[in-house]
Amino acid sequence: MIDTNITWSGHVFNILREAGVKQIAYVPDAGHTDLINLSIKDNDLIQVPLTTEEEGVAVLAGAWLGGQKGVLLMQSSGVGNVINMLSVADECRFPLLMIVTMRGEWGEFNPWQVPMGQATEKVLEAMKVIVLRAYTPFDVAETVQAAAKLAFGAGRKVAVLISQKIIGQKDWQK
Amino acid sequence: MAGRSEGTLDRREVVAHILKARGTSLLVTGLGAPTWDAAAAGDNPNNFYLWGGMGGAVSVGLGLALAQPDRRVLVLTGDGEMLMGLGSLATVGIQKPKNLAVCVIDNQRYGETGMQETATFFGVDLSAIAQGAGFLNALTIRDQDDLALAIRDIFVTPGPVFVAVKVKPMDYPMVLPEKDGLELKHRFRAQILGARKEI
Repeated sequence: MIDTNITWSGHVFNILREAGVKQIAYVPDAGHTDLINLSIKDNDLIQVPLTTEEEGVAVLAGAWLGGQKGVLLMQSSGVGNVINMLSVADECRFPLLMIVTMRGEWGEFNPWQVPMGQATEKVLEAMKVIVLRAYTPFDVAETVQAAAKLAFGAGRKVAVLISQKIIGQKDWQK
Repeated sequence: MAGRSEGTLDRREVVAHILKARGTSLLVTGLGAPTWDAAAAGDNPNNFYLWGGMGGAVSVGLGLALAQPDRRVLVLTGDGEMLMGLGSLATVGIQKPKNLAVCVIDNQRYGETGMQETATFFGVDLSAIAQGAGFLNALTIRDQDDLALAIRDIFVTPGPVFVAVKVKPMDYPMVLPEKDGLELKHRFRAQILGARKEI
């Protein structure tokens, strides 16, 4: 049962813990703030802030070589930065769980976000990443759970794209 | 633009010399010549060879070092590969894993593509960048005596350690290790985790 008193980030955090995730690699996005903050409070987890998202694909490859699971958090613009590094995950069939908060799709105000946001799914699929989408706050936890199984159970590269509709449109008035 | 002085050390001898002292250390090699150098020094199931993912060697080493804090992890890569992943030095600088060493075999060239000069040829100082990124120990080696002294830094001194070794810009015969990534992953995990060939 999903406890409606906690946010989708809280549910995702619990699912990641249950899946045995240890390394949380990320380039921050506003939509990941709660998840990152929850992970920082947990002394069992290792936060790995990155300078660019492609490092995360490589860090998690190393983590798996050493027997640890990880997750890579990023904004959709970061998907453009990981393309070639996905070759490593593909060739070696490293499990790869990515949670991507979308920009450039639902009610986007900044035109510069639109090109990558619109290309995100196609780019991932071109590199043989399985793409699962969550369109409502209630879908997110279940989708991440399914993605974690595909990644760590079936050894696949999986990205959960969290709709901008969930994250909220950026408030440019404040 | 005039280049800085070329290295005089022989890369195959340097790598063989370093790896002779490795003990049970885990090794990640960056694509291209460092992978061939490590293979020439003798294959080892504690080696994980990258044949792609340019710019990712240090990051792979970081994830491994965090997952295996009791094992020494050495990343052996080239100047071109390192230059593509300079940001990863900052990422290491945040974590400061005591068990991680990065050794760049610096011939100041893109060796696999026709020996074009890299930024280090024009004076870009990788160990200074590593030091600025928070590596506790960062040095550049130009001769055999300093290399002998650096072995302790690479395998013993608390890290993160960064050692750039200036070597001669010359081609060597390619020595190719296993190239199937899945096989390399399985054998590495089997060796250090006793993991079955699951995923």
